[in-house]
Amino acid sequence: MPWLPVAIFLAVCIGLILIRVFLGPTHPDRLVGLDTLNTVVVVSMVILGAAFNEVIYIDVAIVYALLSFVTTLFIAKYIEKGKF
Amino acid sequence: MISFLATTVFVFLIYLVLTTASGDLFLWSREELIIGAVFSIILGAITRNMFFKRNLRMLNPKRWFLFFVYVVGPFFWGMAKANIDVAYRVITGRINPGIVKISPKLKTDLGITMLANSITLTPGTLSVDIDEKTNDLYVHWINVKKEALEKMPRDYKYVCGKFPDWVRRVAE
Amino acid sequence: MALDIITYILIAIGCFFNILAVVGLLRFPDVYTRLHAGTKCTTFGSIFLILAVVIQSINVWVTEGIISSPQSVLTIHALIALVAILLTNPTSAHAMSRAAHRSGVKPAKAVTDDLEKEKT
Repeated sequence: MPWLPVAIFLAVCIGLILIRVFLGPTHPDRLVGLDTLNTVVVVSMVILGAAFNEVIYIDVAIVYALLSFVTTLFIAKYIEKGKF
Repeated sequence: MISFLATTVFVFLIYLVLTTASGDLFLWSREELIIGAVFSIILGAITRNMFFKRNLRMLNPKRWFLFFVYVVGPFFWGMAKANIDVAYRVITGRINPGIVKISPKLKTDLGITMLANSITLTPGTLSVDIDEKTNDLYVHWINVKKEALEKMPRDYKYVCGKFPDWVRRVAE
Repeated sequence: MALDIITYILIAIGCFFNILAVVGLLRFPDVYTRLHAGTKCTTFGSIFLILAVVIQSINVWVTEGIISSPQSVLTIHALIALVAILLTNPTSAHAMSRAAHRSGVKPAKAVTDDLEKEKT
């Protein structure tokens, strides 16, 4: 199964999203780029776990998804109020 | 007491799913079962008032069945249509955005949360803000239709179809 | 064999929606429309990619005839990761759009803005 080409494709997607994170004219734009990047990273971790048949990669992906959710909420709160 | 028991059982089930195939006692090893039971009792004692707010109507299995039907049927269909619509807008760049206010007249927190998440994942709409007194939603809409702008607050059938009726059936 | 073809189709759909999310993120004019692309398309694409992983595990069961333990654990954990994505993605989109609107970013080319009218 072509898991490794899919993972490379997702890595290219991550590179293209990084353009938006660097360019983004306002802070919410950068945050949107970061959130999209987190989702793609979780999916590529699952794909790599299937490619190498390692369960531990997918466990890392679950924890990464929940932690990135908390990170996004905190940065959004910071943008909303200007302080934590 | 019922809320404590239900929270404990729920947390223990999640723990069991996460540690499947770790041993030979059915599918789990004995140590995993013991430590999972201890942690789920502690968590159930701490979070019993957060998980169930005031009433226990979500313990009814009929509501779970309705929720499953809702997720598999209208929700997934709406999500597929939404993504094809967004694909069309991304490729052609033809957008007509705006923020509209809808009042679905839901009363409970769970219902309004479910509706807001459904709106975010379905056709060209994204919930932006909520009026916490009247439970009105402000929705960013990528392709505003002319006929929806005639009266205030906007009619929700243009924005999210039959979702408020389904949510009312499941959560209220 | 048929399951192989289904896996290829699911991978193609998932990759298509992911690249669509990237193009939308780079092309749309303001924060809210970028959120449309970045949230919805990646959620849909990840559903199909993770379903491809699940179907491939079923394919291994069918061809080898045994339920091997690492393969089934991998499938269940991939489904839990999918549920985590599905639960957290709309919530963070909501938080981001609310933060953007309260910090004063106006929707570009908007025909109406009820939230702005209510505040004034």
